[in-house]
Amino acid sequence: METILAFVVGGLFAAGLYMMMRRSIVKLIIGLALLSHGVNLLIFTAANLTRANPPIVPDGAKQPLPPVADPLPQALILTAIVISFAVLSFALVLLHRVYQAVGTDDIDRLKPVDE
Amino acid sequence: MLAAIFSGFVLSPATPWIQRYARGAAGWIIALLPLGVFAYFASLIGAVGAGETFTVAYAWVPSLGVGLSFYLDGLALLFALLISGIGGLVVIYTGGYLSGHRDIGRFYAYTLFFMASMIGMALADNAFTLFVFWELTTISSYLLIGFDHDRKGVRDAAMQALLVTGIGGLALFAGLLLLAQIGGSAELSVLRGQADLIRAHDLYTPALILILLGAFTKSAQVPFHFWLPNAMQAPTPASAYLHSATMVKAGVYLLARLSPILGGTDAWRLSVTVVGAATMLLGAWLAWQQNDLKRILAYSTVSALGMMTLMLGLNTKLAAEAMLVFLLSHALYKGALFLVAGAVDHETGTRSIDRLGGLRTVMPITAAAAIAAMLSMCSLPPFLGFIGKELFYESTLEGPVAANLLIALAVAANMIYIASALLAGLRPFVGPSRSTPKHAHEAPLNMWLGPATLAALGLLIGVWPGSVEGLIESATGSIAGYAVEIELYLWHGLNFTLLLSAITVAGGVAVYVVRDRLHTALAGLTGLGRWGAERGYDLTLVGVDRLAHVTTRLLQSGYLRYYVLTIVVTTVGLVGYTLFSRVTPTVSLSISDARFYEIGLAILIVLAALMAVLVNSRMSAIAALGIVGYSVTLIFVLFGAPDLAMTQFAVETLTVVIFVLVLYRLPRFVTISSTRTRIRDAVIALGAGGLITALILLATRVQFHESIAGYYLENSKPEAHGHNIVNVILVDFRGLDTMGEITVLSLAGIGVYALLKSRATGRGEQ
Repeated sequence: METILAFVVGGLFAAGLYMMMRRSIVKLIIGLALLSHGVNLLIFTAANLTRANPPIVPDGAKQPLPPVADPLPQALILTAIVISFAVLSFALVLLHRVYQAVGTDDIDRLKPVDE
Repeated sequence: MLAAIFSGFVLSPATPWIQRYARGAAGWIIALLPLGVFAYFASLIGAVGAGETFTVAYAWVPSLGVGLSFYLDGLALLFALLISGIGGLVVIYTGGYLSGHRDIGRFYAYTLFFMASMIGMALADNAFTLFVFWELTTISSYLLIGFDHDRKGVRDAAMQALLVTGIGGLALFAGLLLLAQIGGSAELSVLRGQADLIRAHDLYTPALILILLGAFTKSAQVPFHFWLPNAMQAPTPASAYLHSATMVKAGVYLLARLSPILGGTDAWRLSVTVVGAATMLLGAWLAWQQNDLKRILAYSTVSALGMMTLMLGLNTKLAAEAMLVFLLSHALYKGALFLVAGAVDHETGTRSIDRLGGLRTVMPITAAAAIAAMLSMCSLPPFLGFIGKELFYESTLEGPVAANLLIALAVAANMIYIASALLAGLRPFVGPSRSTPKHAHEAPLNMWLGPATLAALGLLIGVWPGSVEGLIESATGSIAGYAVEIELYLWHGLNFTLLLSAITVAGGVAVYVVRDRLHTALAGLTGLGRWGAERGYDLTLVGVDRLAHVTTRLLQSGYLRYYVLTIVVTTVGLVGYTLFSRVTPTVSLSISDARFYEIGLAILIVLAALMAVLVNSRMSAIAALGIVGYSVTLIFVLFGAPDLAMTQFAVETLTVVIFVLVLYRLPRFVTISSTRTRIRDAVIALGAGGLITALILLATRVQFHESIAGYYLENSKPEAHGHNIVNVILVDFRGLDTMGEITVLSLAGIGVYALLKSRATGRGEQ
């Protein structure tokens, strides 16, 4: 399954980076979202993919029943998901404001506003 | 001793105030400091002449071997006396020369700053202390050359001097570091004891080359000679002080100081002698062709520096003695001639020898000083210059390498040298009077005092050489590395060197007489100068500028997508190269463990991502993005991560909602880029994706370290009383990280709020 997910992650990276190289800001943000998914899956795949029990301790037990999934990458990804959501929503609102002010979402045409 | 070194730094910032309150008398008042320092050093002549040395040392950065240590021996004392003595006279002279200049206070400040730096350099014992003061002299030279900074030529000349000597300074620093590494100490006095070890070391040659680079750039040796004539843009007192009498001799000083450590090898003899001889010839050759008094003197200074370097290259005791006497005489007569040139310029308004003549009647004292200095420069008895030249010839004749060739070159160079002395020191004062831009009259007291004193000293010491014998003896010992005994006398008897001197003087006068005709005849040759080292310097500057321009244009395009492109291409290139050149890929592409619905999910994600890229409708793109997000959620569910799945589900839903809300107000998708650009980007993006895939496939085969999750699995319940281990990690074990995460989230929230709020004012303005 790692093999398949490796290709999925590769595909998400390719799609995300391609979108980030476009001139339209909307596409750039969509690219950012795709890239975040790619990164989350990358961490998930790289850290021993298992179809094991979730890392939850059952009632009455001291430790989860083996085999158990590694909780550490999950904690990392959880953080990453939340942060990328924050970045994404900020970027979206920023884009919204830029479009209101400039009337275009073409990055190249934003330049004159600086001066 | 420390007070003598640092008092210049202390007084330097105060000089503009002294100028403001003392006005015309400021020069005389400020000169008290250098003259006081001179008196202090003069009081040590007796002790140092008897072989005593003085040491002061303070720890500075002891862990790196950097100490603030000073060592006063004959060589250091000779330099300290020249620097402080001429410094005093130059400060007095400045009071007249720059009288009425709006920035004269600043000039005093720079001059004192330079004096302190140069004394510090001459007395430094620690190599790093020496380097620091060395660079301080470079900086003060830059400030003094660029004194009249509102002219472009002046700024360029200052920058040129700074770059050339600064690059040399960096080389010197590297060389000194190597030297300290080899010898195990940065104290020159310690290194002198390890000379044999250093000369036999593998790193000797690189260290020598680097140090010589520093010395040669500072002392304007070929091919770095061009900065010195250009430095004549400085006000004349600075030219006399820095670019003739003292600072340009720093390179010579360094060679002399390091001679007992690095000298004595064939590499030293060859490189130093050859460069010295080449500089001596080229400087003399260029000197007699100039028309500007200061440029004549500047090129003849280059020539004289070449002679000193040549003598140090010979590496004998006699050559060291000759070098010191020559150095002393040169500082006296060249300092005097420069100050005279400044006085002439100041009184007549021109420095061109074609427009000057007969000044002896209107400027008798200046003329007398000039002619006395000129006679010393022509090395006629009974002037000190005569003793210096005699010793120079004698040491060359007895020198270890190519004595016949070198003496022939030395005589030839000296003939032209004498001709340029006559041009600068005689021609403006004899012959019929010419009309000059300003009506000429005698220079004021403070402007003839300096040249007259220096010229008189050249005569006095020549008549009574015993007065400096002890000092020269001690300094010769510093260069030779062992105690020596010398005797200085004016009359060496009727011998071969005297004959050579006579021939030189005769030849020099002959060159002077035919100079104008020869100059016209050779006019075509001067064009060759355009292909010299200075052109190399100019081309380098232009080249560096262009390179900077091109790299900026290339890398700093100002377009986000090109930055992304550059980063991606660089990463893919470098990582990919390392991957395929260093790692043997052992990848199994087995998918037998995958279940059919997992494969279906994977295909769905890839297709949805592709759709998000390709579609032209905003809604479809958002829908595709949603599919990717929910499919990733399902993968989390399948592989034991319910927490992730829940978070991802919630976030994905929110994202889609916000996207829809915002995108509804945005323009439709349009394809702006050309097909070629899109294909290029697609290829690069696929390359990056492929690299990531390859990295994951390789990484999942390698386990560098056991999972560190065991601790969390065991302690989650007993220690933190939580069943959900992921949650416990986030809020307990790694609680501070989560705190940071919350901060980011709140900042984003504040940002979003602020952006939305600012809409009203934005519209109001429009």
